[in-house]
Amino acid sequence: MTDTGLPASVAALRRIREDPHRLGHRPHDGREPVQGIGMGTTGPAHKRIIVGYGFWIFLLSDIVMFSCFFAAFAVQRNATAGGPTMAEIVDLPRVAIETTALLLSSYTCMLSFAATNARNVLWTQVFLFLTGLLGLVFVLLEAWEFYDLASRGITPQRSGMLTAFFGLVGLHGVHVTAGGLWLATMMAQVLVKGFRRHIIHRLICFNLFWHALDIVWIGIFTVVYLIGSLA
Amino acid sequence: MTHLDSDPDRFTATLDDREDHAPGDEPREAAGHWVRNANTGLAFSIVLTAAAFALTIWPVVYGPAIPVALVVLAIGQMGVHLVFFLHITTGPDNTNNVLALAFGILVVFLIVVGSIWIMDHLSYNMMPMDQTMQMQR
Repeated sequence: MTDTGLPASVAALRRIREDPHRLGHRPHDGREPVQGIGMGTTGPAHKRIIVGYGFWIFLLSDIVMFSCFFAAFAVQRNATAGGPTMAEIVDLPRVAIETTALLLSSYTCMLSFAATNARNVLWTQVFLFLTGLLGLVFVLLEAWEFYDLASRGITPQRSGMLTAFFGLVGLHGVHVTAGGLWLATMMAQVLVKGFRRHIIHRLICFNLFWHALDIVWIGIFTVVYLIGSLA
Repeated sequence: MTHLDSDPDRFTATLDDREDHAPGDEPREAAGHWVRNANTGLAFSIVLTAAAFALTIWPVVYGPAIPVALVVLAIGQMGVHLVFFLHITTGPDNTNNVLALAFGILVVFLIVVGSIWIMDHLSYNMMPMDQTMQMQR
């Protein structure tokens, strides 16, 4: 990065392009930046990092919101008001299939991003499609469960426990549904636009979102279904 | 035209110029590395999930310990997801991600444990509902 051969105006122009807000604290007197001192001598972080990190912050806030629903369920777990208990409404085989579908979809989602990093459109699309298909299986099973419960008169207004149950599981289901719509959008964007820089940034964010949903589901199937079925 | 005028992204937006790692991103490795990584994560997840379901169906351990064991298995599996799927590591390029995660875990812990603690005490100390109704008459 020696600018000695360039006129001062060209060197200034280059400096502005490299670090427009002088975030990198690069020594602006034409000397070599000192490497490895943790001063950000390479300038502001790449947009790929900033976008992913910002979305990570959003996801953590989303998980904080889920934790409120978890806390509500934990507090209300025995407030059945004479209605069905959790142990009576858990259908373990269905939960096992839902868990398998979501776990495999997390796996195929990661494979799709491995294909993205290898710049392979076909495999990216194939694995994204599989991810969406498994997500659809999950959402349909959950809709079936809710329909099944409602047809037996087990609805959110029956008891405090059921309010918290439908709130928590339903919120997760809404997230997976929204993630599925996002996934379809991403497949269309990859098809039409290819691997442009911002498309790849969106794929990173989608991956994060999908894995975070699986992490929340781990909490749900453990706390709500498995521990609920014990009591 | 000099090289300075040709491409505004020349210095700041090359595709692979990364000094930190975004969560969920895949740091520069051969594709096979990340497929193996995903396989390992899936294997761990399957073992932990199967263990959790098996423990529920066949209660082979002391009954009151089962919920604790299930929570431990869930936390382990969340860790597996963070490491193998979200690529959160202890490396210096991951410090920001880890710190954000630590703060998130702190808030989640405060909300969940605080709610359970306060509300269970409230429930325990509250007058039974029929007596409350009596006093309101």
